[in-house]
Amino acid sequence: MAQPATVTELEHCLDGLDGRGALARGLGRSYGDAAQNAGGRVIDTTGLASLELDAETGTVTASAGMDLDRLLRVLVPRGFFVPVTPGTRQVTVGGAIAADIHGKNHHRAGSWTDHVVSFRLLTPDGVVQQVSRDTDGELFRATAGGMGLTGVVLDATFRCPRIETSRLVVDTDRAADLDTVMALMEEGDRHYPYSVAWIDLVATGRHLGRSVLTSGRFARLDELPASSGDEALVFEPLELVGAPPGIPSGLLNPLTIRAFNELWYRKAPTRRRDELQTIAQFFHPLDGVRNWNRLYGPQGFLQWQCVVPFGAEATLRSMVERLARSGCPSFLAVLKRFGPGNDGYLSFPAPGWTLALDIPTGSTDLPRLLDELDTSVAEAGGRIYLAKDARLRPELLDAMYPQLPDWRRVRARVDPDGRLRSDLGRRLGLC
Amino acid sequence: MRDALGAVQSVLVLGGSSEIGLAITRRLVQDRCRTVVLGVREPDAGATRAAVDDLRRAGATSVEAVRFDACDTATHQAVLDDVFERFGDIDLVVVAFGVLGEQTDFDTHPAHAVEAVQANYVGAVSAGLVTADRFRQQGHGTLLVLSSVAAERPRRSNYVYGSSKAGLDAFAQGLGDALVGTGGRVVVVRPGFVHSRMTEGMAAQPFATTPDAVAEAVVAGLQKGREIIWAPGILRWVFAVMRHLPRPLWRIVSAR
Ligand SMILES: Cc1cc2nc3c(=O)[nH]c(=O)nc-3n(C[C@H](O)[C@H](O)[C@H](O)COP(=O)(O)OP(=O)(O)OC[C@H]3O[C@@H](n4cnc5c(N)ncnc54)[C@H](O)[C@@H]3O)c2cc1C
Ligand SMILES: NC(=O)c1ccc[n+]([C@@H]2O[C@H](COP(=O)([O-])OP(=O)(O)OC[C@H]3O[C@@H](n4cnc5c(N)ncnc54)[C@H](OP(=O)(O)O)[C@@H]3O)[C@@H](O)[C@H]2O)c1
Repeated sequence: MAQPATVTELEHCLDGLDGRGALARGLGRSYGDAAQNAGGRVIDTTGLASLELDAETGTVTASAGMDLDRLLRVLVPRGFFVPVTPGTRQVTVGGAIAADIHGKNHHRAGSWTDHVVSFRLLTPDGVVQQVSRDTDGELFRATAGGMGLTGVVLDATFRCPRIETSRLVVDTDRAADLDTVMALMEEGDRHYPYSVAWIDLVATGRHLGRSVLTSGRFARLDELPASSGDEALVFEPLELVGAPPGIPSGLLNPLTIRAFNELWYRKAPTRRRDELQTIAQFFHPLDGVRNWNRLYGPQGFLQWQCVVPFGAEATLRSMVERLARSGCPSFLAVLKRFGPGNDGYLSFPAPGWTLALDIPTGSTDLPRLLDELDTSVAEAGGRIYLAKDARLRPELLDAMYPQLPDWRRVRARVDPDGRLRSDLGRRLGLC
Repeated sequence: MRDALGAVQSVLVLGGSSEIGLAITRRLVQDRCRTVVLGVREPDAGATRAAVDDLRRAGATSVEAVRFDACDTATHQAVLDDVFERFGDIDLVVVAFGVLGEQTDFDTHPAHAVEAVQANYVGAVSAGLVTADRFRQQGHGTLLVLSSVAAERPRRSNYVYGSSKAGLDAFAQGLGDALVGTGGRVVVVRPGFVHSRMTEGMAAQPFATTPDAVAEAVVAGLQKGREIIWAPGILRWVFAVMRHLPRPLWRIVSAR
């Protein structure tokens, strides 16, 4: 593991590699093996976290290791927000580009690299180049979503939107079944910049796909209670509380997951309007609990996220049915509508419905179930999110990412000897 | 690369003509294993070629048989280096070779007993250590060692075999501990009586099973990240008792 502490060190982090190659890593928040390189060099970028903000235009230049938490602590008090935020603030600018991350505003704002003007990229030949859509469009498109296999991002320049307050106006709707939530989302996405539904993938029968939809937008100054004028732009996310130690293994087992899902659905209001929430409450609920993944016990869990195009709603429905019927109950499943995708060759988002699951890995039926779901997704013209993948069959990759040949061509140009390598890449035949 | 649910993409089977070894391999190919290398004494034998064709039909894209003799320890380094270099990362190496022999034959021909022990124990130590070194270099890899319930407690009727498996089992556990932190892992499989070429014509023991059932147990164990896999699983409990039976009683029980 290399831990460069200066820009010069980072610029030389690819010198003298052996056959196991090297890979950049941010905060390791990709769920699978995207940020791992067995037997090879891993470059920890988090030692470098500088930041420049042009407060006129909201243009930020940040080093790759800068994470969204620190970024927000600088931006929010100055009246700016990040263009896109995932469900956690513990991701870096480098990881955001490499996975082309998306958030609750995808239907409006697209994904992370849509907001990136340029980045500096170190390639295995030791050259550092400033890459933008104009200077080298192909390399830009191969790196956006390229999972670190086209070079090491040193820093990036991106645009941030303005906000008047650090509070969100949030509407909540409980939807009794899948059709209802999908209809609500189709309608609602025209009005709200941010939206996501938490879907109960345990409920069956007439409750199949019941969900809690939350939608929101940043509050205007005049919407805050009069007394809170000076605090309009505070950003003080709660300090992390650890998950209680010594949690019994598998606290989240099929029975408790069923109970949790039931409880969480019932405690949601049927319909609530104009609730004020903080950024952390609305965007990053899991960041409040450190080591929350320990709730799953030592067996651990797996993330799985797909998108199926609009028009393939029947596939979505049958997947929800299969999941609900299976003995592999999922906790914290999320449903969202994506807007148009971008031209990143391996960028994940595409117009359609995205479904993200969290499943404990104990069940022996799980491999087959997920393989079947992958097949349905590929047949429907959809794809799996590589940043969360840990087990996709490589055969399906070409169908899911039709621009893979373009990506391979660019990779062959910038890394002809295959020096950038990851476990994900080895597993899927990307490197 | 081994995936998060234990499925592997490349396998090397040492003792690649073993029925249990091939059953495991077929099961892995059904999943997503695409590269298979069979280490056998006779790569050109008809049975080997049939096994290679069979695995190709099942979906493996790169299948090859290479010459490997467990007793010819001087060649192990070169054979394994060649495989790891030509086929790239090997996710799983199965130590499937083994000789049961006949205790009555061993009693009268000690040289035959030595041969069996050479294969079962010495050959496995040699191939195991070479493999471990390759795993350290590639930063990952699982060594699956076919031990036996015979390793748990020696029985009159096959104690040479049993003692060689006991040595193998202990070696494998120790190697697994030595690899902690390197990315390499060792998984010990302890089957009971399995209907295969090895046991042909013998009276079946209680809880007798088949190569396919062992393969199923192995895949489930890999998914769960087990370090010891019993096949069938109940033998774990049976032997928890057997291990502590007083010797006179064990002599009676094990003679049946
Ligand atoms: C609780 C939680 C919620 C999440 N929610 C979402 C979500 O809503 N939407 C979403 O899109 N994702 C989500 N994710 C996934 C996460 O956003 C991505 O995996 C992201 O890439 C993680 O960033 P990281 O800095 O931790 O990168 P790592 O996990 O360290 O690396 C991810 C990839 O980026 C590459 N990389 C990292 N730094 C660089 C660099 N400097 N140069 C080149 N390549 C680099 C790595 O090689 C690797 O391939 C979530 C993850 C968690 C844990
Ligand atoms: N069957 C059981 O009841 C049982 C129970 C517990 C454990 N096991 C163990 O499981 C493993 C597989 O057994 P199996 O049931 O599949 O029997 P098998 O079909 O007879 O397999 C044994 C294999 O070992 C190979 N072998 C023997 N000596 C070798 C050497 N010097 N070099 C290379 N290969 C050699 C044989 O190859 P050739 O084809 O060249 O002879 C044969 O393919 C063995 O280790 C066995 O001890 C079996």
